[in-house]
Amino acid sequence: MGRYVIRRLLQMIPVFIGSTFLIFFMVYALGDPVAAMFGDRAPDPATAAQIRRELYLDAPLWKQYLHYMGQIFQGNFGTAFNGQPVTELMASAFPVTLRLALVAVVIEMLVGIVLGVFSGLRRGRDIDTTVLVLTLVVVSIPTFVSGYLLQFLFGVQWAWAAPSVAPEAPLNELLLPGLVLALVSLAYVTRLTRTSIAENARADYVRTALAKGLPRHRVITRHLLRNSLIPVVTFIGTDIGALMGGAIVTERIFNIHGVGYQLYQGILRQNSPTVVGFVTILVLVFLLANLLVDLLYAVLDPRIRYA
Amino acid sequence: MRRATCAKWGASAVAVALVATGCGGGSGASRSGVVSASWGDPQNPLEPANTNEVQGGKVLEMLFRGLKRYNPKTGAAENVIADRIETKDSQNFTVTLKDGWTFSNGEKVTAKSFVDAWNYGALLSNKQKNAPFFQYIDGFAQVHPDTGSPRAKTLSGLAVKDDKTFTVKLNQKFSTWPDTLGYAAFMPLPQAFFRDHDAWIGKPVGNGPYTVDSYEKGSVLRMRKWDKYPGDDPARNGGIDLRVYTDNNTAYTDLQAGNLDLVDDVPAAQLKNVRADLGGRYINQPAGIIQTLAFPMYDKRWGRPGAEKVRRGLSMAIDRDQITREIFQKTRTPATDWTSPVLGPKGGYKPGLCGEACEFHAAKAKQLIKEGGGLPGGRVTLAYNADTGSHKDWIDALCNSINKSLGEDQACVGAPVGTFADFRNKLTARRMSGPFRAGWQMDYPLIQNFLQPLYYTNASANDGKFSNASFDKLVNQANAETDQKKAVATFQDAEKILATQMPAIPLWYQNGSGGYSDRISNVALNPFSVPVYDDIKVN
Repeated sequence: MGRYVIRRLLQMIPVFIGSTFLIFFMVYALGDPVAAMFGDRAPDPATAAQIRRELYLDAPLWKQYLHYMGQIFQGNFGTAFNGQPVTELMASAFPVTLRLALVAVVIEMLVGIVLGVFSGLRRGRDIDTTVLVLTLVVVSIPTFVSGYLLQFLFGVQWAWAAPSVAPEAPLNELLLPGLVLALVSLAYVTRLTRTSIAENARADYVRTALAKGLPRHRVITRHLLRNSLIPVVTFIGTDIGALMGGAIVTERIFNIHGVGYQLYQGILRQNSPTVVGFVTILVLVFLLANLLVDLLYAVLDPRIRYA
Repeated sequence: MRRATCAKWGASAVAVALVATGCGGGSGASRSGVVSASWGDPQNPLEPANTNEVQGGKVLEMLFRGLKRYNPKTGAAENVIADRIETKDSQNFTVTLKDGWTFSNGEKVTAKSFVDAWNYGALLSNKQKNAPFFQYIDGFAQVHPDTGSPRAKTLSGLAVKDDKTFTVKLNQKFSTWPDTLGYAAFMPLPQAFFRDHDAWIGKPVGNGPYTVDSYEKGSVLRMRKWDKYPGDDPARNGGIDLRVYTDNNTAYTDLQAGNLDLVDDVPAAQLKNVRADLGGRYINQPAGIIQTLAFPMYDKRWGRPGAEKVRRGLSMAIDRDQITREIFQKTRTPATDWTSPVLGPKGGYKPGLCGEACEFHAAKAKQLIKEGGGLPGGRVTLAYNADTGSHKDWIDALCNSINKSLGEDQACVGAPVGTFADFRNKLTARRMSGPFRAGWQMDYPLIQNFLQPLYYTNASANDGKFSNASFDKLVNQANAETDQKKAVATFQDAEKILATQMPAIPLWYQNGSGGYSDRISNVALNPFSVPVYDDIKVN
């Protein structure tokens, strides 16, 4: 187990270098960001040259990349154009998005698994069909539609929640955006759980447990659910990474100043330190979430062990 | 057993809900008397000489007062800190300050506050984006050479006489120069700015009606009324909270929900409903912004002699009336000159100056383009940046109009460029092969600002690289003219050259649009389409 973890951690190094280089290259390919800093005016060449020198933009790409990596290993992710260090942006953005992603995950776990269990146990009956139709509807609605719709209904029509989130992003204001962010994944979790439960419901060990005279409730939570959750856990694990990166649309709709907002601004302004820095961290989050999922397997099913 | 576990599940679900809701709060800081308004994240740190876009500019307008200020209603440049600015030859100016002005940290506003700030703004090594605004002051070439490092640290044209007086020597005659001094780049700076620059950037200190209470970059700037403000236009509200919105749709939704008091940018998609939603609380008034379609004059096919007929023809192929009505819901007015109605007739606005070239006339358009040798390559592409401002809508409408007038389906197509940054790159690298969108928002309400930066040879915003000797000569003459009336008339003569040459097609004058909640009143936009924040009253 320990060796497995170490191997997985070592594998992260090439992934880290590869992804940063790719992103660096792509942002660079967009062109020179200095021209846009001067608005509708041609940049005054002397000032533009000064800014380029300071941002290390006058060096060839490979040199810029090495310089950038060298800085990163000293904990310096560079400076955004408004003069703020990127690490400062990260410190303000990541907690917000993490909180949003966690709200989404909690919602999708609670609602998704409960719905999945109910419909899985009543396969083919009305409740199952209803859940299937509902999840199909949810999956087919894009986030920006459900986002603006729920925002309008809850925020303006019924005034149950604020349509936008305050800068501090308190948890209660994140419930609505969390729900919007969770919706699509929620449908997948429901369907995964349902299929898995329906499959395992007829398994021998369930019949044995029932025959032993265990209460139905205990059979479901301890025996059936535990075995059925393995594919669901895989999905949720990888979904955490996806939710953090994919929050761009939701964050924009609800004016949440998290990772999505910073990435969007960074791309609009071609601010390579911001974009590369944030994406690098996202890649790491993704890798760690995957590692965590693999480790969780062993907890859920002791038969799965790694050398 | 069963029941007990059920209760446990239920309890934990409730606990999650409690944690989720209970941890909130904290946003309820006292809002009494304070106006909350939408804002965009400024691109640069908030320094006067480094702020060249509207979002940062509106903050400086609240935090600073300069020698002059543009009247929020008329746009006229009026003395604020300047007692008088005198000149005999339109080149050497003596500035005398009024008594009693201080910064909010107690420092006095003296001649040195201005001279130091201007020297800082002009010096190349400070990388201030507004440095070119100081180019008319003598010695600019020394502190801001085109190449190499600066040969002097201060502008030789500036001299402090005493606490209340300083002199300015310009490197050319420029009679309306004092009227440019209301621009943000010319604001005074306290010594605190130079002593601890980082601290100042974190919490700017100025001499305007507001002080910074707290500034969380990228999300919210809280300003409060400065009770000891010495000027005669103190804030009429307790303060302004500027909240950054990435999406103006969200800001509008927040306004509808009563979560926000003021938006100064109604999203295009909402223009149809805005009157029904807000009634009398919708503002739609002219601003000093003109939208044009500029030609790459460096491209032989567009810049050759005779091509002016094609350019004029294209202008006549555009049905401005219909587009401003259908696409913009009358928040734009068809343009008939190259300035803006906010200048007023005295300031140089002259409707109809463009003549028939700005009127819609399909048959004449077709004929003119034919006489001029036809569209280069048989078609025209209109370049725009697709990331902001919903430019796609009107560019498509423009093409539609041109295609209809010329009777060809493929005569005109839009050419989107992904980001504004890339768009600017292509412009500065002279890589445009067809007309491109060229909006201009005035820096100060002078006819000079609508002509010189845009069409003078090698001027800073002359992206099409238009160059015309008689135009340049007339602009120089107008600048040297001490009589305001004659200066304006000479500028208009220069503008008439634009009408014959058509280096840029005037499309429409843009209005500022905004909306506000019933919590506040006395809301208006100034000629720069920025709300007059200090006048807003909280009901």
